[in-house]
Amino acid sequence: MVIGLSHYLTVAALLFTLGVFGIFLNRKNVIVILMSVELILLAVNINMVAFSTHLNDIVGQVFALLILTVAAAEAAIGLAILVVFYRNRGSIAVEDVNMMRG
Amino acid sequence: MTVTAAFFYLFATIAVASGFMVIASRNPVQSVLFLILAFVNAAGLFLMMGAEFLAMILVIVYVGAVAVLFLFVTMMLDVDFAELRQGFLQYLPFGALIGVVFFLELTLVIGAYIIDPGLVRSPAVPIPSPDVMTNTEALGQVLYTRYFYFFQAAGLILLVAMIGAIVLTLRERKGIRRQNISVQNARTAQDVQVRKVPFRQGI
Repeated sequence: MVIGLSHYLTVAALLFTLGVFGIFLNRKNVIVILMSVELILLAVNINMVAFSTHLNDIVGQVFALLILTVAAAEAAIGLAILVVFYRNRGSIAVEDVNMMRG
Repeated sequence: MTVTAAFFYLFATIAVASGFMVIASRNPVQSVLFLILAFVNAAGLFLMMGAEFLAMILVIVYVGAVAVLFLFVTMMLDVDFAELRQGFLQYLPFGALIGVVFFLELTLVIGAYIIDPGLVRSPAVPIPSPDVMTNTEALGQVLYTRYFYFFQAAGLILLVAMIGAIVLTLRERKGIRRQNISVQNARTAQDVQVRKVPFRQGI
């Protein structure tokens, strides 16, 4: 029973699908949507590292590191926007986000 | 090999199960905690693939910073999360359909891919053997030379994110008294009155 590339890709695919599913399931709760996005980025990172190991090329790990950076920045900005929005509207429901409607 | 497989299935099962609990949990605080569990188990998978540095970074940056940030925001906002869950089941069939189709397509791709043999033979930067160099050292030797501009851009992105988050959340609050150190220091002895305060009467 050798654990190969396909095993890791399957785990990543499962996590990615769970992330996409989570966005559909929790359409009203921005916090859970942000967490789902984090899950999706984690799945992408697993893919990157799996291919890096499989192809014996360390560049994949470098790019996984960059994805990690962008994910951290995205989480910080997203949560900051969430806090400001809650301060202004007193709610974080997605359907209340309609202030920019022309 | 059996131990490797056992650990792989352990990490993978817990990661996927906690990923499911992230999206299915009633309480967002529990969601964040399951997210932390998923990250830790993904770090275990990274360790098994030989990416030790990324595994540790995942634990430090994600669990230590991002997930705790999520936890702070979730606990700080006074939101009725039960209200936000209304219509949860309404989107379940549609979401499940899209999820299943998506996963089937992904598994089709995973089952049918062929990697170009030329790619396997000529990696851009081969991973050195663990006897020669640790994973961290190897990563640093690539990141600080070949991908230096990417590294700088990542730092710039983090700087912009930090400034953006501060600018967004900082607010001028009216009607609060702040300590003004320069005014305190500029005060002279003439500005201060010394009074005799009668006992139990106050001024």
